[in-house]
Formats: sequence, structure tokens, C-alpha cells
Amino acid sequence: MSSYNDSILTILIFAPLVAAAALAVLRSEHALRWLALLFTTAIALVSAPLFWQFDTSIADFQFALTRPWIPLFNIHYAVGVDGISVLLVLLTTLVMPLCVLASWRYIKVRLKEFMVCLLIMETAMIGVFCALDFVLFFVFWEAMLIPMALLIGIWGGPRKIYASLKFFIYTMSGSVFLLVALVAIYLQTGTFSIPEIMRHEFSHNFQKWVFLAFFISFAIKVPMFPFHTWLPAAHVEAPTAGSVLLASILLKMGTYGFVRFSLPMTPWATDYFRPFILWVSVVAIIYGGLTALAQTDLKKLVAYSSVAHMGFATLGIFALNQSGLEGAVLVMINHGVTTGALFIMVGIIYERLHTRDLTQAAGMGRRMPVFATFVGVFALSSLAFPGTNSFIGEFLVLKGGFEVSIALMICAVPGVVLAAAYMLRMLQRIAYGGTNNPDHSKVADLSAREVLTLAPLFVLVFWIGLNPQPFVTIMKPSVARLVEQAEREKVQEARPTAVQRVRITGISVSSSR
Amino acid sequence: MNTSLAFLPELVLMAGALTLFVVTLGQNTGAAARKTALFFAIATIITTGFCLRQDASLFFDAYRVDLFSQVLKLAFACGFALIVLLSGNLPDIREDIKAEYYLFLTISVSGLVMLVSSVDLITLVIALQVSAFPLYLMIPMRRERAGQRGQMESAIKYMMFGIAANGIMFFGMSYLFGITGTTLLPKMMPKLQAMTSSPIVITGMALTFAGFYYKLAVFPFHFWTPDVYQGASNETAGLIASLPKLGAVAVLVRLISLATPDNSTVAWLLAALAIASMFYGNLIALAQKDFKRLLGFSGIAHAGYALLGFVALDTAGFSAAIYYVLGYLLMVLACFIVICKVSADGVNVGIEELAGLHHRSPMLAITLAVGVFALAGIPPFVGFMGKLTLLSAALNKGFLTLVIIAVINTAIAAYYYLAVIREAWFRDAGNLTPIRLDLPTRASCILLIAGIIAMGIVPGRLLDTLSVSVAKATGAPTEIVLPALAAGPHASH
Repeated sequence: MSSYNDSILTILIFAPLVAAAALAVLRSEHALRWLALLFTTAIALVSAPLFWQFDTSIADFQFALTRPWIPLFNIHYAVGVDGISVLLVLLTTLVMPLCVLASWRYIKVRLKEFMVCLLIMETAMIGVFCALDFVLFFVFWEAMLIPMALLIGIWGGPRKIYASLKFFIYTMSGSVFLLVALVAIYLQTGTFSIPEIMRHEFSHNFQKWVFLAFFISFAIKVPMFPFHTWLPAAHVEAPTAGSVLLASILLKMGTYGFVRFSLPMTPWATDYFRPFILWVSVVAIIYGGLTALAQTDLKKLVAYSSVAHMGFATLGIFALNQSGLEGAVLVMINHGVTTGALFIMVGIIYERLHTRDLTQAAGMGRRMPVFATFVGVFALSSLAFPGTNSFIGEFLVLKGGFEVSIALMICAVPGVVLAAAYMLRMLQRIAYGGTNNPDHSKVADLSAREVLTLAPLFVLVFWIGLNPQPFVTIMKPSVARLVEQAEREKVQEARPTAVQRVRITGISVSSSR
Repeated sequence: MNTSLAFLPELVLMAGALTLFVVTLGQNTGAAARKTALFFAIATIITTGFCLRQDASLFFDAYRVDLFSQVLKLAFACGFALIVLLSGNLPDIREDIKAEYYLFLTISVSGLVMLVSSVDLITLVIALQVSAFPLYLMIPMRRERAGQRGQMESAIKYMMFGIAANGIMFFGMSYLFGITGTTLLPKMMPKLQAMTSSPIVITGMALTFAGFYYKLAVFPFHFWTPDVYQGASNETAGLIASLPKLGAVAVLVRLISLATPDNSTVAWLLAALAIASMFYGNLIALAQKDFKRLLGFSGIAHAGYALLGFVALDTAGFSAAIYYVLGYLLMVLACFIVICKVSADGVNVGIEELAGLHHRSPMLAITLAVGVFALAGIPPFVGFMGKLTLLSAALNKGFLTLVIIAVINTAIAAYYYLAVIREAWFRDAGNLTPIRLDLPTRASCILLIAGIIAMGIVPGRLLDTLSVSVAKATGAPTEIVLPALAAGPHASH
């Protein structure tokens, strides 16, 4: 089994690339669709054992593999996953076949390039979550920009070029600072190895600057409140699969960056800047909610709801305690499931009506009972209805947040109400509409393919909602160690908003090797 | 050591030039001249590869053949072959002077090849002029069009700026000679190092560098760049944009190493020029409509990036600069191969005329995308790895502000590079006639793409070779090659 353990991540990272090369020589569109589906499903199936084989008793990186890559700079090809990233890898491999299915009829031109771009994206996304070498991480992180910009720019809506350039330039301007931070850290430590850098103690001033560089880069990717303006543009113009990838995976990279880099590498600066970031997160929750409430374009509505949800994720992360972080990781997964599904729903509406306007979609549910059921479930999930997945995540985040500051939480809680308001408004319009709905008599209900696309996400909504324990168990040791790492240097011991130190008894927090 | 073998690549190139001279005596010998040039280019690649490990001092120590020079000669030979390939049948050069074009091209390359071996100021100047004079002639060889004689203006500009820069360089060299009493760089070095902070040394060095700033298009010696790129024919611009810059960086390594190990005035001077070049090039490139002008301004910015390596004044920095310019050679040639093929009759290519390229020729569109994204510094291409090495070299010497300015410039530059991608990939235009590529062009495209990706993901061997050869060529002890590595125990899993 050890060869499986060593090579599984490498296979997952490069299999999509090989598949892309295989697709590049095909001619038949029919074969392209089926093969792309086959490849992505196969990759999803190959990744599935990660979930069961993951050792939930230790916090170390598992399935790890390290090989020298550029010895001159001490750069390694190092991959591995901990309890947090393994979930994100699984989410990625799960979402990919759904993206292919959602593009089945949606993409009409240059299908081959589209599927190749999707598969290259998969390589980059899995690579980002698995990389344990800073340069390797950065290569995947940046390489993703090219296929994503192409996805938006070629197959997008009317303002696709604007949206594509905005996405690219925003993200790139953020990540150049990440590059500086990366080089600066290397010059301090002499290594690019992420686990080793985590163990290194940096001076406070150094941490402050590195944290800011990290912050710009990751905050743009999340996107956090003042940096979010690329998101609605990109979401609105991107094709369905592009929106799903953006929402489900790409946004997670920002929060994953905070978890993997900011907290463990710059603990002092994290604590120093924490109040600021917590408040920005609350602003994002409220702002995203209010803005979503005012949208009539369905994609914009879901896009702004993403800003709010990611606000919960950053809130949980910077609560810096066990339940906050567990909640944040769950919010990340849930948002990937629910918002991905909502974007697929919007794509389904668009394929039928050729518009995403809420008023045009009014009353669709009367003609499409199956569709209405799915919209209902995913909308309820998005507003964190008890029994669905998001409830668990947001509950844990709020619990973690209350341990930090009650004032903060009093400001954040209206966000939950806002979520209910904008989601129920959308649901009411789509499912029932008013008395003078547009004529939907020719609109067909979901096809078997569309049901198949949504079914896995539907199952996950209730699986995580009713039985979150397996997911929490997987991430628990890693989160516990993260809390440990993030708290090793506090600005001052007795802050007014000091976090209750979370006990992590019974868990071996190994510093390994 | 057999010294005649060490000089073999130069001899092959000279034989090529002589043969081409004979070819030019006939009539309508353009095609024959092309084949001859290509033959000698390939012969040069083979002989240089064969002489890669040669080590010799020729002509009373004025001519140094070492790993450093041989690696660069190999790059010149490959670039020479690529330029002959991408220039096709020279659509924009008059039929009766096509043979002469190849003659001058060969002479210019032979000048560059000698330039990287020169370690004496006089040899250096001669080699520099041998490489430059043919270019002065190749620019106005472009066909005249109704209402456009831009090539004449460009040629005059290129020549005047060249002469002015050379004048400044000679003035500086006279100082260096006056202080040290020698023209041999290896003898000059210890004498200058003993008096690094003296104003006359710094003035002498700063003025000497000017001649090579001009070749590299560093601010404030950049003024010729956009006009010459625009006025010269596409192939000539491709040549001017690529090989001479590599030559300039190579000589700058030898010259700036005079200021090592630590001359803060020179370092700050270089940093100031780097900043000015980056901002000037990138900001003005934002407004360009002509693809060659855009590449001209971006070239100024890239010269600024390359200077980041020199700022460090150590082997890591120098080899990073060489590595970057080697990568730049591939990236810019990838762009120029697209320009040459898109413009069938040799006219300039506006950025908007790239619209629909993905439809007209997927191969060219991919080559362009790889080249442009590499120029923008996106991994996994060489532009990223080059920047990483440059930034770490500069940061290692504490130039944090400079590094931050450089990355801000990278972000600015992304905009105009994306504008090129936007046209080629996102837009469809009326003109959708497919572009047919012949086999050599396809092969060159694939080679360039492979080279750009390979240098981006497996730079180890080349970087190793470069830093060893640079350390030898600049007389630096090899231990300081990688100061950063000494900082901590590394992971050896």
C-alpha cells in the first residue's frame, strides 16, 4: 500500500494533464464530452480512498512525497495533505465531473479547448492544495490564472473580456506580493519547504510585512470585502462550469492560503492584525448580504452571497480557536457544495430562458417540480437552514466568534438573517412568482443528465448536514495543531479579547521528523 | 590545449560570411544565401557544442574562451538559426539585396560571438562594432512603401544613438585605462578593487557601461528602441530584440564584475536605472497599438528586470541576469515568429490585427500565448523562474524596495500582455483566412514552446552551469555562489 500512499497525490495532480493531452488530439465532439467525463470521474474515483485511508489520529501531512526539483535553490517537488487540504482535494475532484456535465450542452464552440482548459485547471487546483513546497505552490497558484482567464474570456457572456482581464489582473497583482514574501522567507530560512517554514520563528517586524504580503494576495482571492469587485464581474460573465470552479474551488484557495501560510508562519502578525480582519469579515458578511438582496441578476445574487459566505470563513479562521477554524473549513466545503449547485441551477435556467433575470425566471417552479425541489434544497442550504450542511459550518463559526468577542458577533448575526432574506426572496420568485409570470409553458423540467449533475451535491448537503462527524474528525487534529501554531506567539498574554485557549488534550501534536 | 579548436566556432562563422560574400556576387541569390546561412548556422551550433568545454586564452590574453563564453556562443548560434528560420524568404527586403541581408546577419552574429569572449577593452570595442555596423545597414534594407520611409529614420536613429553611446563608452574607457594603465579586464580588476570608492573609478565605470545599456535598451539609452522596432522589417526587429541584448548582458557581467564584491554607488546607480527602465517601459507600453512597438517598450522594462541581477553584484545575480536574458531570447523570438507569419507581406502588425489568430492558426496562437504569458512572468514558463532567481538575488543583498517596485511593474505589465492575448484568443475578426505554416516554422514554434517550458520547470542544470561559468569568468570564489543556502539546514528527505 505504501506505493499507493506515495504516488496517489502525484497521480491526482498529473492525471488531468495527461487527460488534457489525450483530448487535444481528438476530433469528435461527442467523444470529447464522454472522454472528459470519463477522465474526471475516474480521477474522482481514484481520489475517493483518500477519505477512508486518511489517518485521523495524527496532524501530520499524509500521502507525502518529496523529491528534489531544483537543487540549486533547494526547491523540492513536495506534496502531501493534512486534514484540511484533503477535504479540499476531494471537493475539487468531486466538482470536476459535475463541471463537465454542466457544460454538456452549454458549450457550443471550441469544445476541445474548453475541456483541455478544465483539465489543466484541475491539475493546478489539486496541485495548490497538495503542494508542500512554496515554489511548487506558487507555480500552481499562478498557472491557474491562464486557463481560468481563457475560460471566462472565450466562453463567457457579453462582457467576458472585461471580466477576464479584471480577474487576471486583480489576482496577479495580489500574487506578486506573495512572490516577494516567498523569496524573503527563503532568504531567512534557506528553504522553501512549507512544514519547515512553519517551524521557523521570524522576527516580529518581518512577520508583519510577510503577513501583509500574504494578506493582499489571499484577500483578493477569497475575496474579502474591499477586494471583491472582480468576483461579481467574473461570475456573471463566466460560463456555468467557470462559475462553479470559481465559487467551489478558487475562492477556497484564498482561505486555504490563510490557513496554510498566514496562521502558522506569521502567528504574531496574525494576532496583531486579527481585530482588523475580523471586522472586515463582518463588513463582508453584511455588505454581501445587503448587496445580494438588491440583485435581479441571479448570478450576481449568488456571487454576492459568496462574498458574505466567505466572510464567515475568514471570520472563523481569524477567530483562531478550534470551533472557529473547524467551522471555517466546513464553511469552505459547504460553500463549494451549495454555491456550486446554485451556479449549476442558474446555468440550467439560462439554458432554458437565455436570461438570468430573476423577473423572467419567476414562476418556473410551477412547471418544473423537480427543478423547484433542487432549488429549494440548495437555497435552504445556502441560508444555513438546520439539517443542511451550511448550518453546521456557520454554527461552529458563530460559536468560535462568540468566544472572541460578543460585540463582533452581534454585528455579524444579522448577516444570517440577510442570507435568509435574499435566498427566500429568490426561492419565492423562482418557485412561485407572482400573478403575472412570464409564459414558461414550453420549458422542460430537468433532464436525467441535469439530475445526475445535481444529485451528488444534493446528497452532500444532507450528508454533511445530518452527519458532519466524519468531516470534523478528519480535520480535527490538523486544526488543533494549527491553533497551537497560531497561538505560539501572542501580542500580549492578556488581551481584552483574548481567545480561550483551546485544549487539545489527547491529540499528538507532533513536530515530526 | 589545442587553441585553434577553441576558435573554431568563430572560424566557421567567418567562413560563412566569406561564402555568403561570394554568393552575393551572383544575381537573385536570395534563396541560395538563405540556405547557406542556415547551413552555417547549424554548423556553428554543432561546432560550438563540440567546443563547449574548451578553455583557452588567445591573442595575447585578449580573447578568453571559457565555459561562460561557450555557453553564450551556443545560445547565439541557436538564435542565429532560429532567426534565419523565422525570417522565411524575407518578404520585406528587396529581391536584389536579400543575399546581402544574410551576409550582414552572419557578420553581426560573428561580432556577437567574439564579443562574449573579449576581455580586453580594444577587442571588446572591435567586436561590438562588428556586431553593430551590419545592423545599421540591415534596418534601411526594408522595402520602401508609398508614404512610408520609416526604415530610414529608424536606421539614422539607431546609428546616431549608437555612436553617441559609444562615444560615452570610449570616454569612460579612457578613464579606466588612465587609472589602471591596462586595457585587459583581468588585470584591471584588482587595481580597481583597491580604489572602489574613488569618484573617478565610479565615473569611468558608469560611462563605460553606457555602450551596453544602449544595446540592452536601458533607460536613458532606450530612445531608439520603439522606433527601430517599428521601422525595421519584422525579421530585423526580431534580431535586434534578441541576440544583441544577450551580448550586452554578457559583457556587462564582465564589466560590472569590476565593481564587485561591494560597490554600493554602482549598485545604487544600477538600481536607479532599473527602476526608471521598468516604469518607463511598462507604463508607455500600456498605450501601444503596434505589436512591435509594444515589444519595444516591454523590452525596455525587461532590461530593467535584468539589471536587478546586476544590482546584487555577485555571482548569483549575474547568472540570474544571464538566465533571464536567455529566457527572454526564447520569449521574444516566440512573439516575433508570430509577427513574421501573421504579416504575410512584411508590413507591421497592429495588436488588433492579431484578432482571430486562434482560428487562423492554432499553432501560432499557442506560441504567442506561451511567449506572452512567459513575458508576463506566469509559471510554469521561463519568465517566472527567471524573475524568481533575479528577485532572490536582489533581495539577498537587501534591495527590498527595488524588488517590490519590480513586482509592481510585473503587475502593470500583465495588462498589456493580456491585451495581446485578448486579441489573439478572445476576439474574432473578419479576416479568417488560415495561415499555413511550413515544416521549419512548425518545428521552430514547437522548439520555442518546449524551450520556454523546459527552462521554466527544470532550470537546474542550466542555472548550475551558468553560475559555475559566471563565477569563473568574473574571478569570484565559487563558495559565494549561493549565499542563501548557507543560512539554514536544508531538507534532504
